Amino acid sequence: MSDITKQSLSELVRNIKNKKVSSEEITKEFVNRSEKSKELNAYITEDYSSALDKAKKFDQKPNLNLKLPGIPIAVKDLFCTKDIRTTAGSKILNNFAPTYESTVTQNIWNEGAILLGKLNCDEFAMGSSNETSFFGNVQNPINKNLVPGGSSGGSASAVAGQLTPITIGTDTGGSIRQPASFTGIVGLKPTYGSCSRYGIVAFASSLDQAGPMAQNVKDCALLQEVISTYDSKDSTSINFKRNEYSKELTNNIKGKKIGIPKEYRVDGMPKEIEDLWQKGINYAKDCGAQIIDISLPHTSYALPTYYIVAPAEASSNLARYDGVKYGFRAKGENLIDMYEKTRSEGFGAEVQRRIMIGTYVLSSGYYDAYYLKAQKVRKLIKNDFDEAYKKVDAILTPSTPSAAFKIGEKKDDPVSMYLNDIFTVPVNLAGLPGISIPAGHDSKGYPLGLQIIGKAFDEQNILNIAYAMEEKIDFKNKITDWWIK
Amino acid sequence: MSIDLKTIKHISKLSRVSVDDQKAEKLANDLNSIFKFIEKLNELKTDKVEPLTSVAETTLKLRSDEVKSNNIREQIVKNSPQDNEDYFVVPKVIE
Repeated sequence: MSDITKQSLSELVRNIKNKKVSSEEITKEFVNRSEKSKELNAYITEDYSSALDKAKKFDQKPNLNLKLPGIPIAVKDLFCTKDIRTTAGSKILNNFAPTYESTVTQNIWNEGAILLGKLNCDEFAMGSSNETSFFGNVQNPINKNLVPGGSSGGSASAVAGQLTPITIGTDTGGSIRQPASFTGIVGLKPTYGSCSRYGIVAFASSLDQAGPMAQNVKDCALLQEVISTYDSKDSTSINFKRNEYSKELTNNIKGKKIGIPKEYRVDGMPKEIEDLWQKGINYAKDCGAQIIDISLPHTSYALPTYYIVAPAEASSNLARYDGVKYGFRAKGENLIDMYEKTRSEGFGAEVQRRIMIGTYVLSSGYYDAYYLKAQKVRKLIKNDFDEAYKKVDAILTPSTPSAAFKIGEKKDDPVSMYLNDIFTVPVNLAGLPGISIPAGHDSKGYPLGLQIIGKAFDEQNILNIAYAMEEKIDFKNKITDWWIK
Repeated sequence: MSIDLKTIKHISKLSRVSVDDQKAEKLANDLNSIFKFIEKLNELKTDKVEPLTSVAETTLKLRSDEVKSNNIREQIVKNSPQDNEDYFVVPKVIE
């Protein structure tokens, strides 16, 4: 069967269930294409030969009732995979092979999926361009020398470049939705507590959430259905009734009330983004939705709040990397010297910067002024959404304030890099679900995304809105395979 | 407010990350520009606002006190950079 890697997940699943293609044939095609795509640097660890073995094994006794029968999938290298190196994009975990499996990855293997490999990401998911990875930056399949976004940059590049039919990423401040937007794919950040955090290398525990990235909304819904489960091993996992998102998916969104927050019209926003947003509003109207102007008054405080809360939690989470129990160890003259050198040599610049910010805002004398203050503003931001949701069912915004930028362009200016997440960060602070769908191109032909934000646990509703709008938008990703010789 | 080199050295001690003078200077610059951006929060009056620690509106669940993983010593020390079969090994702490 030709062009297997061009097929969507839903097509692959259908073809495998109808016995038109075997898991081995599919896996071979994705392995071949991945091997020809080394220039993208999307993978940190490849697991191709064992993927092919598993595919052969699947074909011998295929269980076609599974949701991901024999489907090869590469995942972000932030998910612990048993006996397979898990680095989080960091030198400090360069040789770490977990002795256990994350719940989210276990869920996809239980449904028949096969691991292709581990995908590149910003170090400890701290970054918006995949340039902080110890394993080098990732190329955007859209254009050479363009960042794929971050932190799930390898994941976005791998889906857009068709090295994997779907993937899972993680999103702490936009790390699924921003790279999805930069590469012309769909990415969903679920409600906090929807997907288990067990076995995910922790960054900021009150914000981290795993989620699906796919070529279209339907595939995204199917993967969400598989990965979202209650898990007693995650103390903040929430036991709510989960939908069968892909089965219940509908493009009928007539009468849905969609809010347009005026505060998202930020200073200096390019006209292209403004136009895209207006286009999105028109599409939503075409689908029968009702557009309502709303206000989220504390929007401009979200990024400063995030840059206190996230580093504070990170500095505490990353205290575990001491060179004793696992990971990299530097030689030191004594125990303290060993700790300090291990962490100084093992962590990259951005991670050290955030550990410093976090330590500072939690340190004696500054806790109230920074950390406590940020937690209070976080409450105000959440209140804004609670108020808005009394009037609307969902909120429509751009995903990012610009299209993908050049590699190196923002690397030396942390604040301008942070501003990339201006539209995505409030969603994490409030613990809500948000989905980015590709909605158009800028003047250079780079993809631009729109974000739909939902009420907590209302993934089905935003998937439906995204599904309906996707049909109207009819987006075509411009991938020329420039990296394949 | 401005973060000086002395403060950087202090934070680096607290966070157990060694920092030389050159790196300290760069960090001071970066942190000052980040904190300038963070200062925006001072525009808001928050005296009467309850802090939000978690968006998950559930109380932490207790689980029964049962042993679920047995004999995993080998797994626990498997990834240690230096071990002596049963123990983690660190530089000498007692003279």
